[in-house]
Amino acid sequence: MTRSDGAISYPRIVRSGDQAVSIEFSDSVSESANRQVLTLDASISAHPIAGVLETIPTYRSLAVVYDPRQARGSAIGEELIRRSVSAESGELPAGRLFEFPVLYGGEHASDLDELAKIKNISVDEVIDLHAAAEYRVYMIGFAPGFAYLGGLPEILHTPRLGIPRQRIEAGAIGIGGQQSSINSVPGPSGWRFVGRTPYRLFDPNRHEPFLLKAGDRIRFLRIDAEEAGHLDDRVARGELDIREIA
Amino acid sequence: MSPRLSIVRHGPLMTVQDQGRYGYRSRGVSTSGAMDRDAYAIANALAGNKPGAAAIEFGLIGGSMTTDKDVLVAVTGGNCKIEIAGKPVAAWESHILQAGETLTVGALQGAVWGYIAVSGGIATSPMLGSRSTHLRTGVGGMDGRTLTAGDVLPLGEPDMLTPLVLGQPYFRRPHPILVVPGPQNDYFEEAVWRDFLTRPFQVTTSRDRMAMVLNGPPLRAFKGHDIVSDATVVGSIQVPGSGKPIVLTADAQTTGGYPKIATVASFDLARLTQMPSSQNFAFRAISPDTAEELFIAAQERLEAVLGSVCSKTKKRFWEP
Repeated sequence: MTRSDGAISYPRIVRSGDQAVSIEFSDSVSESANRQVLTLDASISAHPIAGVLETIPTYRSLAVVYDPRQARGSAIGEELIRRSVSAESGELPAGRLFEFPVLYGGEHASDLDELAKIKNISVDEVIDLHAAAEYRVYMIGFAPGFAYLGGLPEILHTPRLGIPRQRIEAGAIGIGGQQSSINSVPGPSGWRFVGRTPYRLFDPNRHEPFLLKAGDRIRFLRIDAEEAGHLDDRVARGELDIREIA
Repeated sequence: MSPRLSIVRHGPLMTVQDQGRYGYRSRGVSTSGAMDRDAYAIANALAGNKPGAAAIEFGLIGGSMTTDKDVLVAVTGGNCKIEIAGKPVAAWESHILQAGETLTVGALQGAVWGYIAVSGGIATSPMLGSRSTHLRTGVGGMDGRTLTAGDVLPLGEPDMLTPLVLGQPYFRRPHPILVVPGPQNDYFEEAVWRDFLTRPFQVTTSRDRMAMVLNGPPLRAFKGHDIVSDATVVGSIQVPGSGKPIVLTADAQTTGGYPKIATVASFDLARLTQMPSSQNFAFRAISPDTAEELFIAAQERLEAVLGSVCSKTKKRFWEP
């Protein structure tokens, strides 16, 4: 929907071809839009829409993948708008709270010193700021289990690198723009990295392959190299389950 | 002991694929699966397999392989030179490959993705409900990687060993590639839309299972080339700052931050993925409703073709 002044009014429906329809709640990153996305997603899980195969919740929109042989996108779009009206007032659960031990600095924190320099504060201050915040998983995407986190203190907001690095390891903790992230599989990235967690967000051989889902909350706990090594061994042996602390 | 397939010589991009991995996109997992779903489904049917059995997909060039038990094999996707024990055999029908004989599959002509289905199906362990290989994350198939000479793949037990053919032809009509505008169609001005829908494009050699970079008039997004990352789908046409559109294919990432000018109609995507590099084509815009109807009709045609598979002793459609 476009208003006469040219601004877009939300929520609105956009189409991605003939097998996906999205409802958008905003054009920017906001916690309230993300809550609307997750509330509507929860509504679809609880009361499925006929023909819907899967959903993809993102920062500000919910994509719904459907089988056109079972339902038409135009009808699904209307249903999403109808439900979004009630979703606005719907209560979203607080989300699970997890604590991730993090080894700040070291070989997986190529950007920690640079970040301190850019911000004109000490490395320890960068670490304290990053570790003191509580984060919220806004979405899982890009790669299996990759977590986009909101809640990064404003002073740490930093643009991505101009040239991405070719390989960043799983478990690396990054900063990209206004967000933080936990890397889930090794791969290229233009984010800036400050540390790593021994936990694995994605392990296809684990009983529960994915650790996190959108809406979860995260705290980081600073650990030293010795403890990180100890946790690495236990993770490798499959002995360690992450603690849900609330 | 169940039969096994040994890779003797491998093409550059041979992977195990099935109909894809569904239900995990909210967790960041790509669907993967065959680049040309119809050709894959037909290969399976010709090999006497149930829908969804895993097959070998190859990019441009096949390879050679042997089995330790008699099996049925079928090659589809495009035409290419195929030999069993040194004797030429036809694509788009199945043949018996006897234990110890070698199947050799050459280079595709006028197509990019080929399928080798073997009776019983490739029986590597499913991961998250699918045997499809996702190369970038190393998930599925043979240890999540491309096949290489020396690999030994487990096969399921075949139901029967009667060579099969199609009772009615399968073909795709040449016409512009049909797209549904959006979701970020409003990022592009009218002049850009005119270029997009009237000027010729080509698939460049920058193409793999994840995406294809196109050549054509540069497409500028007046609202900029960054959006707050949202969901992408197979067929999304992303436009990064270079102005060169990128069409996402089977191994597409689940989310992305480039504006998407349009989405390829799903029934037409395989025709684009099969298009040889440098060949000119044009886009034409249709409504989502029309794209849905064309998809449904294409599925019905495919079902009819799959249902027409019959023993070679029966009369074929092209014989008088």
